Amino acid sequence: MSGKPKLYYFNGRGKMESIRWLLAAAGVEFEEEFLETREQYEKLLQGGSLLFQQVPMVEIDGMRMVQTRAILSYIAAKYNLYGKDLKERALIDMYVGGTDDLMGFIMMFPFFSAEDKEKQRAFIIQKATSRYFPAYEKVLKDHGQDFLVGNSFSWADVHLLEAILMVEEKKSDVLSGFPQLQAFKARISSIPTIKKFLEPGSQRKPVPDDKYVETVRRVLRMYYDLKPN
Amino acid sequence: MSGKPRLTYLNGRGRMEPIRWLLAAAGVEFEEVFLQTKEQYDKLIKDGLLLFQQVPLVEIDGMKMVQTRAILSYIAGKYNLYGKDLKERALIDMYVEGISDLMQMILMFPFSPPEAKEKNLDSIKDRATNRYFPVFEKVLKQHGQDFLVGNKFSWADVQLIEAILAVEEKIPAVLSGFPQLQAFKTKISNIPTIKKFLQPGSPRKPPPDDHYVETVLKVFKK
Repeated sequence: MSGKPKLYYFNGRGKMESIRWLLAAAGVEFEEEFLETREQYEKLLQGGSLLFQQVPMVEIDGMRMVQTRAILSYIAAKYNLYGKDLKERALIDMYVGGTDDLMGFIMMFPFFSAEDKEKQRAFIIQKATSRYFPAYEKVLKDHGQDFLVGNSFSWADVHLLEAILMVEEKKSDVLSGFPQLQAFKARISSIPTIKKFLEPGSQRKPVPDDKYVETVRRVLRMYYDLKPN
Repeated sequence: MSGKPRLTYLNGRGRMEPIRWLLAAAGVEFEEVFLQTKEQYDKLIKDGLLLFQQVPLVEIDGMKMVQTRAILSYIAGKYNLYGKDLKERALIDMYVEGISDLMQMILMFPFSPPEAKEKNLDSIKDRATNRYFPVFEKVLKQHGQDFLVGNKFSWADVQLIEAILAVEEKIPAVLSGFPQLQAFKTKISNIPTIKKFLQPGSPRKPPPDDHYVETVLKVFKK
């Protein structure tokens, strides 16, 4: 065993992408095994390594962790990206909860029918600009610090940058009313580990395409379209 | 200010119920504000109390906390229901997240159209008996301890008993293939704080009825 965390997922963003971001931000190298066939997935299932029969699954520190939020919390705490005390953790958890909801809308997007995609895109932009971005804009404006919580780089900053970039992929000028977030985006992007992750050749995955959707559907036998909330 | 946590939500289970359970399990008294009209909700937003314009809202230790998981993690951390180290936390988090996925199906159930209800009920039964309950049955069997993690009462135990009772309300014999979970249910129900919460007159809310669904739709109408 190499000692590096090993990620089991499809070769695409989905629920694993936030984990890739956080490990990268912490400067932790990791390996990946990509699910491409139903047989691979069934083998994992039969081997008993998926607690609730689902991926993401991350082998880390002798554990086979599942459940995205559990994995992220573990990594954040282990690499000191979770604040200095219970109250800073609470703030980080709240902020991450918001960006998680926002990215959740985007994650489902490729699995919608063409007609629902248009509606969902408008919904994502509306929620980003009227609910989520204003909240983080205000947090940064109120304390005037570089990072969201405790004047120290944390999981909340990584997650927010990931969310901003994802929404920008849907509408490139979406940050136009948010000067604090624009500055935040520039600052966090220049942190060396983040900068490295944003360069070509990193383990960051591209925007999901038809091939990705087709692989997920095939491996999970998920042939129905998701519906918007 | 009384010093007690103050919960703002509708007068029903929804996303606040796990928070009520956990505070009760920890022996913490709390106050509740019930949203009954759209105007009350709009006012909360206008007054800047809801970080993402959503409830649950829990005012605790000078913070206005939102986001159910954040609130639950804080309470678990504060009242020593989160294991003794990072690895126990990781187990508790995994278990709680899994149970939460099951609870999400139950949460959404009252809002599904009548023609989908039977199918959704079957899904809940299938997931409970084929995905979630077998996991916890096995965990308890393998270590033979009373509690899910670290031989000590934790958030994971509270979340599991809440889920068991919620599924039993829909499928009364659902634990019939799970002897460990039956014993677990009995043991946890007898913990004094849990026992108290299960008695009439506690802040525990009844299963959602039509009136609750109506209120949700009215208060959150766009």
